[in-house]
Amino acid sequence: MSEPLLQAIDLECERDERLLFKNLSFSILPGTLTRVEGANGSGKTTLLRILAGLNDAWAGHLLWCGKSRAYDRESFHRNTLYLGHRPGIKPLLTPMENLRALMAGRRPVTDDVLQQALEGTGLAGYGDVPCRNLSAGQQRRVALARLLIADEPLWLLDEVFTAIDAEGVSAIETLLQQRAAEGGAVLVTTHHDLQLPGMGRIVLGEGQSNG
Amino acid sequence: MGSAGGALIKPVEQGVSPLSAMGAVFGRDVRVAFRQRQDLLNPLLFFVMVVSLFPLGVSPEVSFLQQSGAGILWVAALLAVLLSLDHLFRHDFDDGTLEQLVLQPQPLFLLVLAKTLAHWMLTGLPLVILAPVLGVMVHLDGNSIAILCLTLLIGTPVLSLIGSIGAALTLGLRSAGVLLSLLIIPLYIPVLIFGTGTVAAAAEGAPVGGYLALMGAFLVLALTLAPFASAAALRISLSNS
Repeated sequence: MSEPLLQAIDLECERDERLLFKNLSFSILPGTLTRVEGANGSGKTTLLRILAGLNDAWAGHLLWCGKSRAYDRESFHRNTLYLGHRPGIKPLLTPMENLRALMAGRRPVTDDVLQQALEGTGLAGYGDVPCRNLSAGQQRRVALARLLIADEPLWLLDEVFTAIDAEGVSAIETLLQQRAAEGGAVLVTTHHDLQLPGMGRIVLGEGQSNG
Repeated sequence: MGSAGGALIKPVEQGVSPLSAMGAVFGRDVRVAFRQRQDLLNPLLFFVMVVSLFPLGVSPEVSFLQQSGAGILWVAALLAVLLSLDHLFRHDFDDGTLEQLVLQPQPLFLLVLAKTLAHWMLTGLPLVILAPVLGVMVHLDGNSIAILCLTLLIGTPVLSLIGSIGAALTLGLRSAGVLLSLLIIPLYIPVLIFGTGTVAAAAEGAPVGGYLALMGAFLVLALTLAPFASAAALRISLSNS
């Protein structure tokens, strides 16, 4: 039953003539929460971008549900949610319009559902304010509202706690745990002190000699 | 929660049709553009200024303007489109919406095509609409103006489509402007030559069907090939960021 969603075999990536990681292998099973760890510049974001399919400059194998990811890219994208450093929010559009645009290519969602998601992230009443008038944390919350309506089995979250207040952080922690309990797979990078029970780790930048 | 009940989360099978995804991308770009109107006015203002400065700077003689008017309009329109190209993907790249666009479970070339069409509607089409007014200003006769507008109508989408390749390729670079011009101008030259050639032929009373057919061929070629090239270029640019 617990066949890995995503399997990385001998991943290798070089950036600016510096080896970030080599012979990196791991599996991401449904129902797990995994944290990617490493110092600044150790390639956490690069790894997540590779897994999400944004970075194509790598060697090795990536299997999605047992098949090569290149085999069915659309199905992979449909089942993966990636939130990056840059929140993917248009400053000129309202939170509602932003969410609608982000979901439009993925699946049909009614405005009521989106409204509920915004309320769930504490943005009730901001639905009609352009995002550039919101604070950095609130803009990040607009992007995070997607987590409340996401049905993708695999989440790749890069530094999602940035600019979020303590209350928000604990809400996200609860959400991630709940998600893993429901059978979703979550991969996060964060400098925030995240300690959740049953959390797996992928450590970058250790025991890998350069050159 | 969207997937309650404690059951295992199932892979998502159902999606959205590419057409409605394209519509959403198109709609969002138009909406963003109308919230930032000065960006819309820039190429138009440039077009009007260049065309209206020519009679002042070179010669206000009717014979000169009649002869070179179509060329002036075409060059000005071409440069106006070139000027606006850097914005095509730049803002999306900076705020991260481009990443999300690439990650959509849709054929990327279709989404890029939707963005390019929005770009044309917001820059190329206004130029075509404005062209008759400026045509009158440079003393073109009615027939020439009609042919000129027709060539611009066929030609400006080609400019947007070819330009999208350059804009996508130079996305990650700091001094993108110069490189973009150097990459794109050579590809614009055939469009310019046939665009102005059509009007010149019409002015001499020669048949223009052949010229227009060739321009139509340019459009079909750009429409079918440019989105694929832009989509590939976008992936490369995002890979390196």
